[in-house]
Parts: sequence; C-alpha cells; structure tokens
Amino acid sequence: MSTATIDPVRAKAAAATASGNGAGSQNGYEPNMVLATKTFDVVGTRPVRHDGTDKVTGRALYGADVLLPGTLHGAVLRSPHAHARIRSIDTSAAESMDGVFAVVTAEDLPPAEDKIVDVGEGDTRLSYVHGNVLAAGKVLYQGHAVAGIAAASPHLALEAASAIKVEYEPLPSSMTAPEAMQPAAELLHEDLYTKEFGERSQAPSNVAEHVQWTKGDAADGFAHSEVVVERTFDTATVHQGYIEPHNVTALWNHDGRLHIWCSTQGAFVVRDVTAKILEIPVSNVKVTPMEIGGGFGGKIPVYFEPVAALLSKKTGRPVKFVMSREDVFVGTGPTAGSHVRVKIGASADGKIHAMEAMLAYEAGAYPGSFVIPGGMCIFAAYDCANVAIDCYDVVVNKPSCAAYRAPGAPQAAFAAEQVVDEVAAKIGMDPVAFRLLNAAKEGTRRADGPKFRRIGCEEVLEAIKSHPHYQAPLEGPNRGRGVAVGFWFNVGLESSCTLHVNTNGTVHLVEGSTDIGGTRTSIAMQAAEVLGIPAEDILPEVVDTDSVGFTSVTGGSRTTFATGWAAHDAAQKVVAEMKARAAKLWSLDPGQVEHAKGVYSANGRSIAFQELAAQSSRTGGPVSATATVKPRGVGGSFSANLVDVEVDPETGKVDILRFTAFQDVGKAVHPSYVEGQMQGGSVQGIGWALNEEYYMGDDGTMINSTLLDYRMPTSLDLPMIDTCIVEVANPGHPFGVRGVGEANIVPPTPAIANAIHDAVGIRMQRLPMNPPAIWSAVEKSRSS
Amino acid sequence: MHWVDYLRPRTLDECLRAFAEHGANARALAGGTDLLVQMRVGRRTNGVLVDMKAVPELTELRYDALEGLTLGAAVPCYRVYGDEKVRQTYPGLIDTVEMIGGTQIQGRASVGGNLCNSAPSADAVPALIALRATCRIASTAGWREVPVEDFCTAPGRNVLRETEILVSLRLPPPPEGFGACYLRFIPRNEMDIAVAGAGVSVKLADGVFEDGRVALASVAPTPLLVEEAGAALRGQRVGREAVARAAAAAKAAARPITDMRGTAAYRRNLCEVLTRRALERAVQRAGGTLG
Repeated sequence: MSTATIDPVRAKAAAATASGNGAGSQNGYEPNMVLATKTFDVVGTRPVRHDGTDKVTGRALYGADVLLPGTLHGAVLRSPHAHARIRSIDTSAAESMDGVFAVVTAEDLPPAEDKIVDVGEGDTRLSYVHGNVLAAGKVLYQGHAVAGIAAASPHLALEAASAIKVEYEPLPSSMTAPEAMQPAAELLHEDLYTKEFGERSQAPSNVAEHVQWTKGDAADGFAHSEVVVERTFDTATVHQGYIEPHNVTALWNHDGRLHIWCSTQGAFVVRDVTAKILEIPVSNVKVTPMEIGGGFGGKIPVYFEPVAALLSKKTGRPVKFVMSREDVFVGTGPTAGSHVRVKIGASADGKIHAMEAMLAYEAGAYPGSFVIPGGMCIFAAYDCANVAIDCYDVVVNKPSCAAYRAPGAPQAAFAAEQVVDEVAAKIGMDPVAFRLLNAAKEGTRRADGPKFRRIGCEEVLEAIKSHPHYQAPLEGPNRGRGVAVGFWFNVGLESSCTLHVNTNGTVHLVEGSTDIGGTRTSIAMQAAEVLGIPAEDILPEVVDTDSVGFTSVTGGSRTTFATGWAAHDAAQKVVAEMKARAAKLWSLDPGQVEHAKGVYSANGRSIAFQELAAQSSRTGGPVSATATVKPRGVGGSFSANLVDVEVDPETGKVDILRFTAFQDVGKAVHPSYVEGQMQGGSVQGIGWALNEEYYMGDDGTMINSTLLDYRMPTSLDLPMIDTCIVEVANPGHPFGVRGVGEANIVPPTPAIANAIHDAVGIRMQRLPMNPPAIWSAVEKSRSS
Repeated sequence: MHWVDYLRPRTLDECLRAFAEHGANARALAGGTDLLVQMRVGRRTNGVLVDMKAVPELTELRYDALEGLTLGAAVPCYRVYGDEKVRQTYPGLIDTVEMIGGTQIQGRASVGGNLCNSAPSADAVPALIALRATCRIASTAGWREVPVEDFCTAPGRNVLRETEILVSLRLPPPPEGFGACYLRFIPRNEMDIAVAGAGVSVKLADGVFEDGRVALASVAPTPLLVEEAGAALRGQRVGREAVARAAAAAKAAARPITDMRGTAAYRRNLCEVLTRRALERAVQRAGGTLG
C-alpha cells in the first residue's frame, strides 16, 4: 500500500481528511498523518515479515531451544541481602554432590583491571561489570550473583546452589537516591568519588557524578515570570518486563575458542565484554545471537555469559543457564527510580521564561543510572532562553540499572510535563497551544549544548490539534483528558551489511543486528528500494559475530536507521557492479548504463535485475557487496500522547478510555512495525504509570518478584492504542529515517497524570499511580 | 531431587484409606492450580499426591429443588458455569467460578480446592458463606458437616484433620426473593488476587430485608462472615440506608494488613464500597429495587 504525499504546509488541512493509510482506517482507527514529501516503491509499504512464518509456527529458535550433546545445566546462587560483606564462601558440600560438575565464584575470574569498557550504550569501568557478574567482597543488592554451578540437570544445579554456605555480615542499605545521598549513608563502594565539574570529590560518596548545564540566567527568567510552578516528583524502580528470560549456552572448546549462544541485543557486546572479563582475545569468542523475546535495553548487559564460559572451561562440556522470572527481576537491570524537582516560570502571555530541574536517579549497585540523558531530554521540547539542570547519578542497593527504552527520559517527562500542564492551566491556555507557543524547532539550542537540526516537535503538536480525538467530546463524571510530549535523541553507532546476489534474482542479506520489532524486514526493504526489486526477493539473516562485520547493539532506535543505511550502501555497490555487468554484456562503458527501478538500460537496450543476475557467471562471477557505516545525521524523535481516562474515586482505579500516540518517525519504512513500536511504548508507559513498581520490604528485598504481583498491563487493561505517524524527514538519512523504538515511552506517564488531574483534580507526584495512591489522594483533596 | 508418589483412587473408600494410611504426608490433588505451583517454588514437599479426580463423589455436580446443589470438591469451575440450571439458580456462585483464573485454569481449578487451600483472598469462599454452603467432610472414621464460615482457621489452615478430606459442598436451594453477588477489587482487570472481596446475599419479602449475609475476602487471616452487617439489614426496609449501614458494618469488621496489594486503610474503604455495590446487585437479582 502506498502512502499519500502531502506537503507539510498543507498538513493541517490534509489531516482533517487524511484517508486510506494502512490497516488502521479499515478497522475504524484514526488514520495516520503522513507529512513526508517523498514516496518510494518499497519503503513505506507493508510487506509480510521475512521471519513471520517461523515466529507464528513456533519454529523460530530461541536461546532456551539450544541443547548441545552433553550439556550441563547451570544455576546462580544469589544474595539474600540488600547489602552485606561476604565473610566466607564454602562450596565443598555443593561440589561433592552427585551430578554436580563445577562451582565458580568471583575468585575464578581473572582479577578486574582498572580500565574502561564499552558496554553497548556507553562506557563503564570494567571492575563494575566484573563485580556485577560475580560479587567479590560484598554483595550490593538482593539477587547479586555470588556463585555459579554446573550440574547434570537444572534441578540438581538449584539444589547444589542451596548447599553452598555463604557467611554474610549484613550492612545498612540505601534504597532511594535521597537516602543514599545523605552524608551518613553507608557507602556501597569505598573507591567511588563524585565526579563533579571535571574534578573528583575529597571523600568517597554514593553520588557517582554530578552534571550541571545552564543556559541564560534562570533566576532572571523567574523574576520576569508572572506564573511560577515548582513541584517534586518520585518514580519507582520498574523493569523492562520482556517475556523471554535471559539465557545462555557456552562451549569452551579444546582449541581455546569460546562459542556463546544467547538472547542479546548486541552479540558483539557480549563478545567484547566477555573477552575482556575473561582476558582472552575477542577473536577467540564467537557469539551466536538467537531470536530474542524482547529486550527494551535490558538485554544489552552481560550477566552469566562469562560464568557459563568459565564453567564450560572447567568441565569441558557445554553449560546452559536459563533464568527464572524471579532471577530476571532481582538479578538483571531494571530502570532507575527517580527523584526530580522541576520549576517553570512563564509570563501571562504564555511564553516560558525559565526552566529549572534537579534530577537524582538510582543507578542501582553500580554507576550509570541514565540520569544524564534524562537531564538532556527533560526540557528538549521547549525553546526557552533561561535553563538550569542538575543531574545526580546515585548508587543504591538495588540491581544495577540497564537501559530501558529512551533510558532516563520518561522519569524526567513525568515531572516536567506535569509542571508544564499546571503552568498552562494557571495562565488559562490550552495545553497544546501552550506547548506549541514554546515548542523547540530547528535552530533551538538545548541547555546541554547541541542545536537542533530539522525536528518535528511542532508538527507532532499540530497533529494532535488536527486529530479527531482532540475535538471529540468527553462526557461523564470523573473523566479527564491529558496531553504530554516527549523526546529521545536516537543514536547512530556502527553497522555492517553484506549482500549476495543469487542467479535467480533474489538477494541474501547478511547482518548483525538482533531483530527486534521486524528489523530484518525494515533493513531488507531499504536494500530492495535501492535495487528496485520487491522486499520479498531479499532474504535477510542475522548471523553470528564471525560471519558479519562489527555491528553495535539493537538499541537507541538505531537499527532501521544505521543497519538500514549499511544495507542501502551495500545495495548501491551492487547497483554499481550490475551496471558494470550490463556494460560488459553490451560492450559499453559502465558510465553509459542507467539504473531505475531494477532495470538497467543504455542506448535503447534494457535488462532487468533478475535477468542480469542470471548472467553473472558470464559477466565476471558472483556479485556480492559489503558496506559498513558509522553514520552521523542521527535524527531525534518527538512523541506525544492524547489520553482519556475515567477514575473511580471510591476505589482509585483508572481506566484508560482512549489513547492516541503521535510520533515523528522521519520516515516509516514499514508503517505496521512503526505502529507496533508506538503501541508497545505506549503500553509499557501505561504500565509504568498505573501499577508497575519494585515493591521492596523493609530489609531491601523485592517482595513482588512475579508477574502476578509485578503488575504489567494485560490486554484487558488497555484500549486499542491509536497511532498517528508523523513524518518529518530526517535530512541526515537516505530515506529520512529517524528511528522509532523509544520516544513513544516518554509521554505516557505524564499524559495519564494530566488526564487524572483533569478528571478528579488531583496532582499525582509519585509513580505508580495505583489505586491505593489515587484513592488516598482523592480522600486528601476532599478533606482539605 | 524431590520425588513424589502419586495415587489415583477410584472409589471414595479407597481414597479415604489412602489418607488414613499416609496422614500428614498425603496431599489432595484436585485441579492442582495451587498445589503444583506451591511445590514448584518449594513451599510443599509432601511425599504422596492423591489425585481426587477419579472419585465419583468428588466429581458430582447435582441440583435438586429440595436438597439444593451438591458440588463435589474436585469439580472444575468450567463445569459449574457450564451447567445451565446452576447458572440460573446460583448467580452468586457463578460470579466467582467465572472470575477465578483464566479459561485454562478454570478447566482444572475447583471450588473445593479453593476452599481447602484456605487463602484469605480465596474468591469462592465469601460467596459460599453468603450462600450458606456447608462442607461435607469424611474419613475412614465417618462423616461430619461444617458450615463454610467455620472451615478456615488461619492462612493456609483449616479444620480438616490429617486423615480427613472435603468430599463435597452443599448449597441450600435459594428461597423466594433471594439474591446473591460476589465482587472483588483488583488493580488490573484480570490475572490478579483480590485486594478485598465481598460476597453477599439477601432475602427480600414485602419491601423488607428478611435476611442478609455479608462475607469478606482478603481483610483478615480467614474469610470473614460479618454478622453485624447481616444484622444491619435484617428487618429493615429495602433501601440505600440499610445497605449503607451494612457496608459500614463490613468496613468496621475488617481487620486488614498493609502489604504489596494495598494498605490497611485502603482495604477497609474497599470493604465498604464492595459491600454496598454487591448488595445493590444482590437486591436487583432478588427482584427488589433500592428506590
């Protein structure tokens, strides 16, 4: 299905009558708004995904399906304490059990060197990665891995784990950033000092880093503001909640080569980090990424991969680990709980004059809470002259944070977008009009430095105004409507892609990006567009680290953008080669051959790609091409939500009546998958808003580590999530792609909070906004 | 490794002898939707599983206009809500069997098992109490009957002795002017455990509550029959005032704790709200109006 071509200038008028774009309109949902000015033959259509049959029939192979002959099964012994010194570990009873082959602890790992390592979406100290894999000296959170066991069966491995005797000396623990920042708080790391303005603090601290950005003069801006609102917000620790638990099979071969099969967003990250921890050359490690049952950033870190490798080395057998759901909750990275203060001032005419924020995020046991991207995004949607932002990265006794879909940005938006709403209401302005009046645009400089290139913040807000949802009446008591906008940068990083042309005119596409959300197809479509052949004629495959060039993680909304770009470049090389082949057939100079839509022509003669491919043997042999990219020109994405809720003031329950997600995606390569990403981010945001949280006991242990009690929304808790794709082409990408995976999780929590406020007049300053919290806020507002 | 023995008696007699022989070591397996989960997380490591599903008395589902409903302890939920006569006669029971678990769980999970698991949050139990159900308990030594409200004694504990089993539940036939309802509150719309629940029944005659019963889930160590709430209804005109007084009595009787599913104050509030809403529905089912 082709997309309509609409001039952005006429966008508003067009939106009212927009029609016929995709499956949505057939099912009675609102159609997408397409603003891109360019149309393509393949990019922008909705072919069936290449891996669809295997996924639907259950044939796709996941990590848990890997079972090599002679495999041993692993279990991890985890800390029962939130913070404790390890006095001793006695593994002798476990090791002497029948069917137990080996036990490893931190002592079996090579000592951690003090060096910096790239862990997929940034750098960290190797000693932190090392310490998280197996605890040495101290355990820093309940669930911290202490020992790994390899046994003849998973049950035996678990029994052996319980036979390991660990003597702990419990220590005081800190569960939130404000607690851990107290001078009297117990230190997690004696060698951690605060990095602040390029200097190191005098004394060790739980604050790993303090970053400050200022622009203009915030104090002066507030002095010139007629309306000033300041509030403090807190959000709970939440987990990405991917359905497939982490898993790994490792085989340390007799030739010294290590082969790892696992569920990961970055096979090369697993390869490189495992090699560094084990102090072996990266060339000795091969990682095969299996199909992935969700990651959302949580499957970037390395957990038991080095442990499985060590156990395999010790036993000479393959060793396999599969986490339980409880392991996933307590042993893998959730995203940071946060404490954020926001102050915004505006004049009576609706112009924002000053914005100020203090963000303190819980990094978990090791530095790296993603507070810095949170601070970079917090006011990104606004063009404001006077801004001050302070970010604190704080270690606490919780699992070490991993990335989670636009990591750091949702916590910031929950605070900022509620204060923006309140300022608009005090001035008496429509919340969308207020945001539009102050919207960031091309040339706006963010407080953290960068100046925006072409962005779609205004177009996203205009799309809300033009959408039928915005005008739809909302009747009945205790119902309210909320709006919020959010931003995420997206990233570029490195990708590789190889194309092999078959003699029947199909093309094998080899790439290294774990397929999340249909990226095999969105990458293949970009190659197909360049080659002028159908998407179905490209056969994409995600391969192991020995079989493709280096490729960074599937994360940062980069895969369709960057690996797609590599496919584009490789396809251009194929086109150039095919021109040369045609020239050879016709005894012409390659420069004389033209290519358009898969047909090569010169001097009135023409030949289709398929026929030319069939001639490859006669024209010089097989045609293959490889391209690698490290693209600049990353385009940030703005996303917004319009949400209607109904609150039961007697029980505090919130029902989402209607939810529309808007996002500037640059160019939707495969609109169905783009809609899926927008819906997925929205659903995770709804869960974060209403019920999800790590419910911690007084002793710092997680009480609700099951999917029964850690309440993610079910299909019965959600309305159909309507989507409105906004396409403001990214000038930095051949097809205008920005990346779509993350920005959509940023606005849901504040949009829902604003809708709750509209419905029952309460301002929720803490996540989750679960029924007891809403009920008690309603009671409080009634008694006051 | 933990091994379990598995027995599948074909007659009640055989079944009772198994419990007489293995005593505390034996564990009744009906649907297994609680038991197998508890075994998997290591909370139970008993030696002998006794499968109750081949014993005719435990899988009996029979309605008789004089005797009422005989509900075998191992009858799965789907059979209860799939029986047209039971649907018409006991809508207050249907509320719970349609609520417990998802479709697959309902294919196995039994009302008797829900009662014997004796969780304070069990959805079926307040409904059974409101419906004046009694437990028929047997051992090789003989039979006894216990009202459902006296069955549970503490979280996970009940009046069954080591050698006894619950054979069936008996629900009296609903009299003229009778209506019942069970409502629970969960934060999501499915897949959750009651933060609080209220099972109620009323009997109306000439615009007056002739009888009323209110039982609560998840707000005490056992499901709770609130006598004061019934007393607040009895003899009163059918209307919002009496319902409000009964709801207030339910709130006052609740003894909840604060945990991950809700605070004590919030649960007390829910008792009032759910009791009121359930009574409104029960009155409607009884053919009455609240005016």
